[in-house]
Amino acid sequence: MFFGIEWDTSSNLAFALSILPILLIGLWVTIQATVLGFFIALILGLVLATLKSAPTRLISWPAKAITEFIRDTPLLVQLFFLYYVLPDYGIVLPAFLTGALALGVQYSAYTSEVYRAGLEAVAKGQHEAARALNLPSPRTFTHVILPQAIPRIIPALGNYLVSIMKDVPVLSVVTVLEMLNVATIIGDRTFNYLIPLSMVGGLYLILTLLASSGVRYIDVHLPKRGLSLK
Amino acid sequence: MEWTSYLAPLLEGAWVTVQITIYSTILGAILAFACGIGKLSPNILIKSVSVAYIEIFRGTSLLVQLFWLYFALPLVGQAIGIDLRFPPVVVGVAALGLNIGSYGAEVVRGAIQSVAHEQYEAAKALNFTPRQTLWRISLPQAIPEMMPTFGNLAVQNLKDTALVSLISLSDLAFRAEHIRNYTQDSTTVYTLVLFMYFGMALVLMALMKWLERFVGRWRAAGR
Repeated sequence: MFFGIEWDTSSNLAFALSILPILLIGLWVTIQATVLGFFIALILGLVLATLKSAPTRLISWPAKAITEFIRDTPLLVQLFFLYYVLPDYGIVLPAFLTGALALGVQYSAYTSEVYRAGLEAVAKGQHEAARALNLPSPRTFTHVILPQAIPRIIPALGNYLVSIMKDVPVLSVVTVLEMLNVATIIGDRTFNYLIPLSMVGGLYLILTLLASSGVRYIDVHLPKRGLSLK
Repeated sequence: MEWTSYLAPLLEGAWVTVQITIYSTILGAILAFACGIGKLSPNILIKSVSVAYIEIFRGTSLLVQLFWLYFALPLVGQAIGIDLRFPPVVVGVAALGLNIGSYGAEVVRGAIQSVAHEQYEAAKALNFTPRQTLWRISLPQAIPEMMPTFGNLAVQNLKDTALVSLISLSDLAFRAEHIRNYTQDSTTVYTLVLFMYFGMALVLMALMKWLERFVGRWRAAGR
């Protein structure tokens, strides 16, 4: 019994059907962690990208070094670092939030690169035209650069959303009850790992196929030459 | 305990991480070429096996694959009467190699398809066999295009090796957890470990850059 749901071990099919609702509860946690982690990555990535493009090297160089450091170290170790070190400094977060934070930190290194690449991909002539038309620079950014950068940024961010979803099982090491953790607990109690773990694999396949076709749909339907502001 | 006393066991763990990274990256590269080329094969059987492999391993989580191979595969073996229990190091290398190979396969496929169409027409006009076209026309031009992405994947693989600590392989992450349990000195241990991973990643990136320059010579002259 888990989450108050009994399993039925009379046959393989009955077992699979009876644990499906339990796995779906885990799946819901996986989705929540994905969304929260992605949200943190979006914000932190924006901060890093802004710092990296700062006019003074005193700010931009450390920001670049930090991004590189985050990108080249494992999520698992970063997660342990946050989980064990933060409480030493008086910051006690629930495991789920620590996990989402670790996902957010790891992927902020990637999203910051996506922002930077998206902004740099806007043709130089656009900046020059805006200047020739005497547009103030905040307005150039919001009305000329951003509408052209966003269609390039969104598909790349979508791919990282899928990657984050595939990294959520790592959170099981700090006791977050996401789908894989739930499946291994069922395995521990019934001595049948094959069915729960295979089901998790199958559910992941469905989830990533759905998510990546969603990303492709958005990619195809985004206006390639920039969002219209009207 | 002084922080320097952590170094010896951590370095031992780092050596395990290095070995696992090397073996799984080589396995991944072999699988990437086999299935990347296989996906373009006219043979429907080879093609569908390659596509299935790529989709399954790219579509699921590495940790799920690792646990499946470690906990579930022996049960499959039991059901069909073959002993499929492998030591953790074999499972770890296999899971990492299979995972990174599926990402690499898409890179190989993309690079081969990006070789200019005229090159294939010329090969056909000169009566090259498909095998000659692959070895002498596509691959020498495609491999330099793959290298930057392969560099990223190799670093990705190095980072992913930390997960094998969860199937009780005593790599760097495993030793870190062990020392932390003894000393409760989380900050020092994990800071050290993060920097060790970072150092290994820098070395790996330098190696891949060198390899990239080496195969860059295969590019056709004038490009």
